[in-house]
Amino acid sequence: MLLKKREREGAEINGSSMADIAFLLLIFFLVTTTINVDTGIGMVLPPPLDPEVEPPPIRERNLMNILVNAQGLILMDEQPVSINDVKDKLIEFIDNPNNSEELSISPDAAIVSLKTQRETPYNIYIDMLDEVMSAYKDLRDAASRANYGVEYARLAENSPQQEQIKDMYPKKISIAEPDN
Amino acid sequence: MSQFKKKQAGTKQEVPTSAMPDVVFMLLFFFMVTTVLREVTLKVKLDLTKANNIEKIEEKRLVSYIYMGPERLPGNQLGEDKVQIDDSIVDDIGAIRNIMYDKLIEEPRLIVSLRVDQNSEFGLLTDVQKELQQAGTFRINYSTKRED
Repeated sequence: MLLKKREREGAEINGSSMADIAFLLLIFFLVTTTINVDTGIGMVLPPPLDPEVEPPPIRERNLMNILVNAQGLILMDEQPVSINDVKDKLIEFIDNPNNSEELSISPDAAIVSLKTQRETPYNIYIDMLDEVMSAYKDLRDAASRANYGVEYARLAENSPQQEQIKDMYPKKISIAEPDN
Repeated sequence: MSQFKKKQAGTKQEVPTSAMPDVVFMLLFFFMVTTVLREVTLKVKLDLTKANNIEKIEEKRLVSYIYMGPERLPGNQLGEDKVQIDDSIVDDIGAIRNIMYDKLIEEPRLIVSLRVDQNSEFGLLTDVQKELQQAGTFRINYSTKRED
């Protein structure tokens, strides 16, 4: 019998360059990845108004009317103010530390109404909204620090503590439709 | 002399590299999965405004974007303010309610992120917001950059 005996070559693929290929791909994806976080001011729109149902009456003292025109001039309850004073005035209105007759009865009754013109640039509107949010943030932080010793943002999400502070200072912001 | 010869350790001096491709592949898959290659082609000019009191949107799956700004015209010109949803410009503002309603059916916890150019007028935004109210997509987010 003629048995051919041959030394078999090992059937291996040379894998030493695999790491290089993987590194190349890795670097490509590293460079192209953008881990961008979306940030912004969160709001909840009210449901559409039913024309047959009368809106509930709101007492004048609980309502803070903020009007902003296209030039960025601000009226708060018929008084012209500069944008730097908006926050302090809002905090005074919402908190009402001296129990003034003109200002909100209690923080959870306070409603901030923001009204602009159709021509108002978007950045002016956002600046105003930012001031309102900043007033609420300060109030919530102060309440949270007084009760729990930490800032509001550091309370656990949806914890009873956070809910309590939220109930103390609910964000009641109404975005009114422009007239013209 | 030879009794002072240093004894060599029996082990090899090399670091085993056979597991390196596995490690690299694992990293590779992580980045492949997290990468979002396709972004929407913007047909409107978008220059976001800045704000201080902003929050992050943690759940990106829930977000649907509406872009508003001056339309980009050929030849580097800017047209009127337009609304863009997904890849196309919506000329009929009244159609937004159906588009957004369909999206809400698909994802009931939808958050609408409004990406508005800082110089566009508030009037267009109100019209869009009115449509969103009709569609029932109440959770919105005014997209802004962080002020620094």
